[in-house]
Amino acid sequence: MFENAYELIVYIMTALGIYDSIFRVFEVLGIEYVLRIIIVFVEIVVLFAFALVTIMFLTWMERKVVAMVQARYGPMVTGPRGLLQPVMDGVKLIGKEDIIPDKADRWVFTLAPFIIFIPALLVFIPLPFGDSLVISNFKIGLLYIIAVSAISPIAILLAGWASNNKYSLMGAMRAVAQDISYTIPLALAAIAIVMFTGSLSMVDIVTAQGGTWFGVIPKWFIFLQPLGFILFLIASIAEMGRIPFDFQESESELVAGFFTEYSGMKFAMFFLAEYAHLFAVSGIVVTLFLGGWNGPAVPFIPVQITSLVYFLIKTYAVIFFAMWLRDTVPRMRIDQLLGLGWKVMVPVALLNLLVTGLLVTAGVI
Amino acid sequence: MATNAFLDNYLPVAILTVIGIVFVAVSLFMSRMVRPSKKTKEKLSTYECAEVPIGDARIHFNIQYYLIVIVFLIFDVEILFLYPWAVQFKHLGPIGFFEMVIFIEVLVIGLAYAWRKEALDWIQ
Repeated sequence: MFENAYELIVYIMTALGIYDSIFRVFEVLGIEYVLRIIIVFVEIVVLFAFALVTIMFLTWMERKVVAMVQARYGPMVTGPRGLLQPVMDGVKLIGKEDIIPDKADRWVFTLAPFIIFIPALLVFIPLPFGDSLVISNFKIGLLYIIAVSAISPIAILLAGWASNNKYSLMGAMRAVAQDISYTIPLALAAIAIVMFTGSLSMVDIVTAQGGTWFGVIPKWFIFLQPLGFILFLIASIAEMGRIPFDFQESESELVAGFFTEYSGMKFAMFFLAEYAHLFAVSGIVVTLFLGGWNGPAVPFIPVQITSLVYFLIKTYAVIFFAMWLRDTVPRMRIDQLLGLGWKVMVPVALLNLLVTGLLVTAGVI
Repeated sequence: MATNAFLDNYLPVAILTVIGIVFVAVSLFMSRMVRPSKKTKEKLSTYECAEVPIGDARIHFNIQYYLIVIVFLIFDVEILFLYPWAVQFKHLGPIGFFEMVIFIEVLVIGLAYAWRKEALDWIQ
């Protein structure tokens, strides 16, 4: 309905009859643009708070899912069913001593947590959480997301190099090799979607998936691109560095991989970034293949609310799948990993592109 | 002030970057206020499973990483070309499609060559 959340807020404020008077005040002062900056600032603060709460919830959820699979309870003591456990973790980490090893490069060592944390959040900006609930509807949304998520390997390499620890450097090298290997099939799988929509905007991609075939099957791209969906899902799990692709921090070989030397709040930043990334990537999978915020309309409830609920349900389903995978699949070997990336996924992704192109050109789809 | 659609769209990116930097800086600073700091020589030494680290960590690493980066670069550039093509795909018609097939075919031959030369195998 609205281009982005800013326009929604302006609409609500106008409906309440307060926007005009506030705008006039700023107009008299000659700083109308400041009003926009304030509104966007509030939006971003809400997004930030949402992201932090989500990250906290995800750490709790991950422990609970692991516990369920292993037939135990997981955190139970702090708060109802252990829900406050992430808060306690945060408090504990703030009070932990921060150690920078003598041999480490102090500046780069401190810089790495910044560089890993910020891109993990920037990915949220073009992500449509619901109808008109998008911070900015970039025309190049998908490209922006791929570009911003490509910053995290740089941060990992900085962390690994600055630590001056053999485990860290090895973990970082592996992480970068893995990230760049799997970016290719990821981007190729996404291109097939762009061929259908003719637009890189995430909102346009969601809108193109509205409606149903024969009134039953929703027009999600997973049905047009089943192979692309599998490729994208595997590649994004590999990019996140989760089991079965967790070479960057494989505990039994590299202690903790690239953040072996980190402690206290700097370690916490890597941890937060990891879960922010998990949510963002699941949201992207949902947006591209599972219909985004599309779902049956509910009478009397604004579409913005129902669409947000549909988006969250689908995203948590994908997140649950990733956690489930972590508990049931063993880690691969690094030669298997790179072999899978280059010898299976890249050719299959190119083939998928070829078939999609042929079918679209022939007018079948 | 005239509104600029480009600036309006990217304003949130700038604001979120600033908030992110402030958040990380403030949490590191807060932790500095409350945490203990009793540094000893052992604590500050590089961790290596309780062994005394031998030599520098920044040693020679596997040549394989370079090969992978080179193959990646070629494909990354290819993808950069594919995105604008995919956006215009429906307007280009069959000719546009077959032109891209020829372009990718050249790269696939390159991939097959790298494969044949075992650049993609992890040799120890």
